[in-house]
Amino acid sequence: MKKLIQTTAILALMGSAAAADGALNIYNWGNYTNPDLIKKFEDTYNVKVTITDYDSNTTALTKIEAGGHGFDIVVPTHSYIPIYVEKGLLMKAGIPEMENYKNIAPEWKDVVWDPAREYSVPWQWGTTGVAVNTTVYKGDVNTAAIFMDPPEELIGKVNVVPEMQDVMSMALMYVGGEPCTTDKAKLKEARDALLAAKPKWMSMDYGMTEKMSNNDVMASVNWNGSTFRIRKNNPDVVYGYPKEGYVVWMDNAAILKDAANVDNAKLFINFIMDPENAAMISSFARYANGISGSEAYMPEDMKTAPEIVVPDELKSAGRFNLSCSDEAQSYYTAIWTELQK
Amino acid sequence: MASQAEEIAEAARVRRNWLLSAPALTVLALGALGPLMVVLIYSFLEPGDYSGVRWNFSLDGWFQIFFQRDIFDDTVGLADAHLRIFWRSVKLSLLTTLTTFVFGFPTAWFIATQPRGRRALWLFLITIPFWTNLLIRTFAIMEVIRNQGLLNSALMALGLIEQPLQIMYTDTAVLIGMTYVYLPLMVLPLYASIDRFDFTLIEAAYDLYASRWRVLRRIVLPIVKPGIIAGSILVFVPSLGAYVTPRVLGGGKNMMIGNFIDLQFGQGRNWPLGSALSMLLLLIVGAALLAYVRVSNREGPHG
Amino acid sequence: MAKRKDFSVTRLPGFATIALTAFVALYLPIVTLVVYSFNGSETVAIWGGFSLRWYGIAWDNTQVQEATLRSLIIAASAAGIATTVATMAALATTRTGRFKGETLIYVMINQPLMVPEIVTAVALLIVFAAVKVATGYTGLGYLILAHAAFCIPFAYLPIRARLEGMDLSLEIAASDLYATPWQTFRRVTLPLMMPGVIAGAMLAFVISLDDVIITEFVKSAGQDTLPTYMLGQLRRAVTPEVNAISTALLGLTVLMLTAFFILTRTRD
Repeated sequence: MKKLIQTTAILALMGSAAAADGALNIYNWGNYTNPDLIKKFEDTYNVKVTITDYDSNTTALTKIEAGGHGFDIVVPTHSYIPIYVEKGLLMKAGIPEMENYKNIAPEWKDVVWDPAREYSVPWQWGTTGVAVNTTVYKGDVNTAAIFMDPPEELIGKVNVVPEMQDVMSMALMYVGGEPCTTDKAKLKEARDALLAAKPKWMSMDYGMTEKMSNNDVMASVNWNGSTFRIRKNNPDVVYGYPKEGYVVWMDNAAILKDAANVDNAKLFINFIMDPENAAMISSFARYANGISGSEAYMPEDMKTAPEIVVPDELKSAGRFNLSCSDEAQSYYTAIWTELQK
Repeated sequence: MASQAEEIAEAARVRRNWLLSAPALTVLALGALGPLMVVLIYSFLEPGDYSGVRWNFSLDGWFQIFFQRDIFDDTVGLADAHLRIFWRSVKLSLLTTLTTFVFGFPTAWFIATQPRGRRALWLFLITIPFWTNLLIRTFAIMEVIRNQGLLNSALMALGLIEQPLQIMYTDTAVLIGMTYVYLPLMVLPLYASIDRFDFTLIEAAYDLYASRWRVLRRIVLPIVKPGIIAGSILVFVPSLGAYVTPRVLGGGKNMMIGNFIDLQFGQGRNWPLGSALSMLLLLIVGAALLAYVRVSNREGPHG
Repeated sequence: MAKRKDFSVTRLPGFATIALTAFVALYLPIVTLVVYSFNGSETVAIWGGFSLRWYGIAWDNTQVQEATLRSLIIAASAAGIATTVATMAALATTRTGRFKGETLIYVMINQPLMVPEIVTAVALLIVFAAVKVATGYTGLGYLILAHAAFCIPFAYLPIRARLEGMDLSLEIAASDLYATPWQTFRRVTLPLMMPGVIAGAMLAFVISLDDVIITEFVKSAGQDTLPTYMLGQLRRAVTPEVNAISTALLGLTVLMLTAFFILTRTRD
């Protein structure tokens, strides 16, 4: 009951709390922020942190662009960072001068979407590949054929996550094209392959962590961290890195231009570049983080996990999906609509 | 002189009715209708970079509803993908309305014929499952119908089937889900109209040796008709734009209008097309409602 | 009303069976939901033995508690507003004879039903964001207003269905006996239309509790409701924590209802 009263009081204060001293408003993907990390930050700096969730990059962008949202920090996927920058939504917060900047792993320091890390720091990164239940299919899993041309055993048991950007890019690479291409011959090839494969799919859905753990779905386009969690529940499931090309992504934390609590936001950005804290982020959602030295604090089971550590021979097949041109995007949408009609 | 007095009384009556409606209209104007004007304007603009709109006049949004330029050979053809999505939505919504009625009418009747003191209890029993929110309810339905779920396990344990029935990710799953979700929207208005029903009328009819069918058609139906209509509107119209149930239970392989419009505002980055589609939907449903009001007004005394 | 049980014209054949089937079907998923709230495993769909683990986690998670409470506050306020204004509008648009603009009012009131949520959501986002920037007020008012608006048709239609054809004679009798219009309304009309009002209010409350997309777009920082909190989890994994919260809410509801019925019974 006391708790209830407490909550009511907090609720009553809301609206004004956003502007009060010692507050920080983080806008992040749902089920993505380790509560222990937040508690540690609150205790260290005596700041009240409020987390608000979103479920897609487009929703987050649309809301932030509209204004009046009250958020200080947002965590967009890398392909969205240039869009945020172009629209003038992010703040140059002097990240390279921050104490913990040195901890960013060299390969994540100078990145195409944010050269010199002027706007954003690594939150987590991962890959989009395929997850396969080996009791059903015993062949090669390092191929996009798992969903682009499903083997006999998997027909009617494959799921494709409805992530237009990732799926289209993987389909294009499968037919030998480039992500975001405007080459119509390749686009047509990719479309035809997708349309031919669709009848062999079971669904186009999220939530594979559960559905593959309990054998409702036998194979799926999936994220590596999710597959890691599936394997913990269901050891038969393995993660494949399609050799034709798979997608690498990184979610990045950035401070918004109209942030009300800039100082606290900067404290937080610096805070998550600390290896121990970065490891806390990873241990919750099960993705790698891009901070050197965090390995030491990582949970034991993640250090050697085949979902997290990319095999050397497949490293070169990984591709960063950047934001496509409007022309390429309109092709993507047209094909995607045709696929779902 | 009398007619002048009548006119004054008439004017007072109209004023009273508008005044009584004013609060509802104000809330709607601020919280729904007014902002929708933005969408109307957006349907005549160009898509912006990445999201939003660019402020140039364009009819492309409307054009794209019906026609599409083939991306590969630039020919213009009928947008059959859109038409198919529209048709699937209409079909599923009609089926949902029908099934909610088939289950809802007996349920409402059952509640309304309970002893007076117990009716509220039954009504609450209908709504309690809906105090848990839509998403979690949809997930709970999934627990029941999925391959390793309650229903399939039970049927297999009973030896009725050997392979699990693939209900998940089919139109049947969407229909089950939507029927579940929209059932109270049918039951409550039906209950409200049956409850004021004078059951002595039926007894009188039976006493006069009317057949059961005649009683139903001549006495019951006319009186519960407003409830049927209200319930059907409440079920049919929102299910046209349903989003969560098709997404979770339908497996996303086949879109409904709601998902399609959502795609335009999200990953599709084509707000004008999304706006034009919604305006079209608004026009169609609005016209249908208008027609209904006109017809029902003509059909006799309005109260 | 007909209470002669021996002559059961009120019980149409098969109706009770269908009704009871409907009730069972309604509660089947709810039972699974409750059972899985006691699930010891990490995700909803795998049974990991009986455990109160997720109740513990939910009890420690202020984010989800605040979201739940916020959902209830918004739903109660929005349903209250919507039912009040919808009742007034229903009185104006039924049983008074036709008047100019009546059809227009009817269509306007039902407008929120006619467009998919996402459209209203985007429209509200754009307009409310401008207001938020201009006024600096970012409280719950926007959500309550938006919810009240889309709840109006859900409250209005059952009330209207009740009013249509409701006998005017009692009210006329009352005013013949020199009751003031307010007395007539308070003592005669309102009690007669009450089942419709209750049905409408319950629908509005439930509809508001369910809303995801409009809330997702209108909410400001720190204004997650239970549905938007869940929506955020949808893409990754939904935890049994939400089952625990929902079960707790259900338990509370049932307790309140039981208390309510016991209290009203003793008054009879």
